[in-house]
Amino acid sequence: MNQAIYIRGLRYRYPDGTQALNGIDFHLDARESVALFGANGSGKTTFVLHLNGLLRGEGSIEICGLPLADATLQQIRSKIGVVFQDSDEQLFMPTVLEDVAFGPLNLGLSPADALTRARTVLKRVGMTHALERAPYHLSAGEKKRVAIAGVLAMDPEILVLDEPTTFLDPPTRRDLLALLRSLPQSKVVVTHDANLARALTTRAVFFDRGQISGEGDVMEIIQRFHWEYS
Amino acid sequence: MHHLVIDRWSRGTSPLHQRDPRAKLAALLVFLIALSTTPPAAQAAFATYAVVLILAATLAHLPIRGLAGRAALVLPFSATFALLTWWSGDSLRALALAEKSFLSGMAALLLVGTTPLTAWTAALESWRAPRMLILVIQFVYRYLFVIAEQAQRMRWAALCRGSHQGGFRSAAGLVGVLFARSWLRADGIYRSMLARGFRGRFVPVALAPFQASDAIFVSTCLAGCLVIRILL
Amino acid sequence: MHIPDGFLSTPVWGTLDVISAPAVAWVARRAQRDTQDHRIPLLGVMGAFVFAAQMINFPVGPGTSGHLVGGALLAIVLGPAAASLVLTAILVLQALIFQDGGVLALGANVFNMALAGVAAGYLPYRLWVHQSRSSAIFAAGALSVMTSACLALGQLLISGVPMPGGVLWASLALFVVSALMEGAITVAAVRAIERLNPAWVAGPRPTSSRTLAGVALAALLLVVVGTLVASAAPDGIQRLTGQALDSAAWSQRTAAGIAGLALIFVLCYLGGKVISRRRSA
Repeated sequence: MNQAIYIRGLRYRYPDGTQALNGIDFHLDARESVALFGANGSGKTTFVLHLNGLLRGEGSIEICGLPLADATLQQIRSKIGVVFQDSDEQLFMPTVLEDVAFGPLNLGLSPADALTRARTVLKRVGMTHALERAPYHLSAGEKKRVAIAGVLAMDPEILVLDEPTTFLDPPTRRDLLALLRSLPQSKVVVTHDANLARALTTRAVFFDRGQISGEGDVMEIIQRFHWEYS
Repeated sequence: MHHLVIDRWSRGTSPLHQRDPRAKLAALLVFLIALSTTPPAAQAAFATYAVVLILAATLAHLPIRGLAGRAALVLPFSATFALLTWWSGDSLRALALAEKSFLSGMAALLLVGTTPLTAWTAALESWRAPRMLILVIQFVYRYLFVIAEQAQRMRWAALCRGSHQGGFRSAAGLVGVLFARSWLRADGIYRSMLARGFRGRFVPVALAPFQASDAIFVSTCLAGCLVIRILL
Repeated sequence: MHIPDGFLSTPVWGTLDVISAPAVAWVARRAQRDTQDHRIPLLGVMGAFVFAAQMINFPVGPGTSGHLVGGALLAIVLGPAAASLVLTAILVLQALIFQDGGVLALGANVFNMALAGVAAGYLPYRLWVHQSRSSAIFAAGALSVMTSACLALGQLLISGVPMPGGVLWASLALFVVSALMEGAITVAAVRAIERLNPAWVAGPRPTSSRTLAGVALAALLLVVVGTLVASAAPDGIQRLTGQALDSAAWSQRTAAGIAGLALIFVLCYLGGKVISRRRSA
């Protein structure tokens, strides 16, 4: 099966009783890019947190052919990289270089190899000038690039991006889009930004109150659900 | 913000910047001990220490006025006690109080102005400081600016709604919300750590080896301080 | 009160550095055992929070306002070991980067605020939280500030820093006012946090017995009072008036005094442990 993600019947209930996900079926083919649309609170981020086992619900999840279980968690986390919405939560080490090296070090690379890989990836995203800088010095766009680098350094097959263009100005969005288009990994993009979705993805899935209420071509979904405000 | 300036200073490339952080930390301690144990009568020693610090600052390409301005933050506190001491008749001691506190501040600034935080914390760790303490120091530093900025923005927003009268309750509310946002932020950080394969232990990155030039640096500082201490 | 370098006499800062270093190592081991690496982001963020929260003005009257110091709050939220560790980290950063407190004096400042201050912030809470939550929290805040301030004052006096009677009483009065404010602010802060999520201020489950906590608090207060008494001893005042004194003998006596107090504290602590073990047997 060359499906990057294969999910059947995913259900998740929050500790306070709310049913956040109510039977989600989802798939992502290798090299495909999918957009996740939906109102705030519809379950998109909760869904994303299941993809690498940060939340565990009922149903079956397979990432790159591996069933999600305690034994496969570490492997799966190296195959699917998640870039969260808040870059300040993601960049927690004192310098950019150390932060990007965090992932490779956890994978078991030697410190020297981890730093080399970090440097390579930072070059890839165009942030070589900021290696020794502290993350809070960077602009929102630069932080996003470093966050992406931190995830790319794990050499994943799938990239998941949770609202990547929030807080970015149009020129920065354009640069980010160019970077994302140049990356070969399959992508799942949670976004309210219809332009980004149109430029980056081919298929879209619409979340509504914990269920998928529409799926299809990205332009068609945007039109069907009026997912643009002008 | 104050510490951002120091952060910028610490990334310079002078000969002093390039010394091993352990050497600089050792030199700082030697200097501080010499300074602290100098009797108040030895005013010439204090003058010499000041000259040494100015020379070091010049060598490190650091702005002396900037350093002095920051070190002077201690003066309101020490000046109060200096005045009390002067008033009780011990004028030399009074002067020494002010001089010691000011010069110690300058010396500490020289360390952090030529050594990035990761370097001096690594030096502390190599001297057996508990790993957990080092990690907490790094995390506090990392999020200091972020959370302080949040607090500032929340205060501005409150002021915009006319709360210059303040109000104890609104301040408490602000603290509560700041706490909540901070806690949730920590949850988010932990999720990011897990997502990048964190398995429960932080993997340390090692310091470069100690070199001959570093040894020479420390010995010179030690010798210099001893000479000043004994002769003056 | 952060003591800068140059104020404490060598025996005082030396002894406190020697006491605080292993104490911090012990606290770190304790915190590691209780919390594991994944809580490090939480500790770091809470430290940053305390730093930031200290900027917030709490008006208490015309023209006067107080600020949260945070030792008691941290102790209640994180438990004493983690709180001590966070405060130690804050003190290191304040000394080196913010020029608030000396480097050689770190031992003293850590002892006063991160160790004694946190203990004095946690123990009253632990003892009385089930009797009356608000009073326990108030006492925690007040005692925390009072303890660190008095210890600092005592150390300064022992080091021979002159303080005429009037100034001394004024300082003590100021400490009492700050302590009361901290009590009130801590209560208000805990209430505000509780409204958002009570779980955050439920605190970790206490592992030691209440008797032990009671004895530890008594011992701690003994150390504080003892330090003040020792510093106000006639010898101290003699030194201030400039009479020549054998500095070696003086240093020995000061070191002995501090060691004696530490010994009393340890004995009380061990005694308390024996008592509580007998009780539960």
